[in-house]
Amino acid sequence: MAESGKIDPMHQFAIEPLFGTDHLSLGGFNIAFTNSALYMVLAAVVLWIFVIGGMKRELVPGRWQMAVEYMTGFIKNLLIANIGDKGRKYIPYVFSLFMFILLANLLGLLPLGLVGLHPFTFTSHFTATGVLAIMSFSIVLIVGFAKHGFHFFSLFIPHGTPALMVGPLFLIELVSFMVRPFSLGLRLFVAMTAGHVLLKVLAGFVINSANASPALGLTVGTASFILMIGISALEMLVAVIQAYVFALLTSVYLNDAENLH
Amino acid sequence: MPQIAQIAETYSSQIFWLLLTFGFVFFVIGLGMVPKVQGTADARDAKISGDLDAAKAAFARADEAEADYRVRDAQSRAAAQATLVQAKAQAAKASETKLAAADAEVAAKIAAAEARIKAASDAALAEIETVAADAARDMVARIAGVQASDDAARNAVKAALAHG
Repeated sequence: MAESGKIDPMHQFAIEPLFGTDHLSLGGFNIAFTNSALYMVLAAVVLWIFVIGGMKRELVPGRWQMAVEYMTGFIKNLLIANIGDKGRKYIPYVFSLFMFILLANLLGLLPLGLVGLHPFTFTSHFTATGVLAIMSFSIVLIVGFAKHGFHFFSLFIPHGTPALMVGPLFLIELVSFMVRPFSLGLRLFVAMTAGHVLLKVLAGFVINSANASPALGLTVGTASFILMIGISALEMLVAVIQAYVFALLTSVYLNDAENLH
Repeated sequence: MPQIAQIAETYSSQIFWLLLTFGFVFFVIGLGMVPKVQGTADARDAKISGDLDAAKAAFARADEAEADYRVRDAQSRAAAQATLVQAKAQAAKASETKLAAADAEVAAKIAAAEARIKAASDAALAEIETVAADAARDMVARIAGVQASDDAARNAVKAALAHG
């Protein structure tokens, strides 16, 4: 956002403390209420309001209750398809995870810039997605070891492995297992970051080309704007898909913990 | 890239607020509200499948009742048919008896009438004989001057009548 109309596509990810809470701290750690925290609170509150609308508990549901029940039913089916009937107990966690990420992604896409606000997508920060990924991974570890004890390590030796290959395969499977939290957290962070950067770069093309000359603005600017419309629609899809992938992978990993192979 | 450039000063705030908000989402919404929503949906599914089962059972009962009705219908039709046949046979027998009785009565009346006719014609014949015998005696007395006996005259008349 420097002089000469240069547009920094990364500025949207900058975290800024709000309401003068820059130096709010807890046990020596800074816990400033930032724009990121604001959007976490917003996602939680919007989700809360959404689910409250589904609490009428009527036999014949209205539209809102139907929508909430559709989402819980979607998560229930996902868990039952991946884990079996034992998956029902994970509905609260996976529902919270899916809806929280989904709302974070969608709220970050709101065109609030039109009214001078700066929307923020906290799922484009690996400090946030990392916490969610570590949470899912910890649950997998806790459930796996609580249910199967040291037998859980048999997860790393596929069925029918020749005795000679047990050692190397164990190592490979262990590495692929340990990579899971990183792939889980980084996938979401990268997908959201890339999409938002792309939108900002294209928006920069529109503004800079229009400022340069009317001819450039009408050609490059219009083409970029049309592309932005398409990419915005794609980003909405990505917002849903990434939330779904996070929930799906969590349930696949939970299946390993519940049923081993 | 602010995600990396700002990590040192923001990681604690990010983690703190994420745990706080996600904790609220998980404990209040996920554990507090979602099971109730899902319970409502499950109860509805159970009610729908229960109602469907009840409807299926009612259908089966209706089919059973219809079959039962058909059987009873056929039974009562057969019974009615039998009653009808029996009534017809009874009526035929009754009319036969009555006819026979009437026939006998008519025959008796005819016989009586015939007997009366015969008696009358016998009486008439006897009178004719008497008259003819008297006439014959008179004719014999006048022609031969002989007083013919009653019996002779009668026999002669009888013979003449028999010859025609």
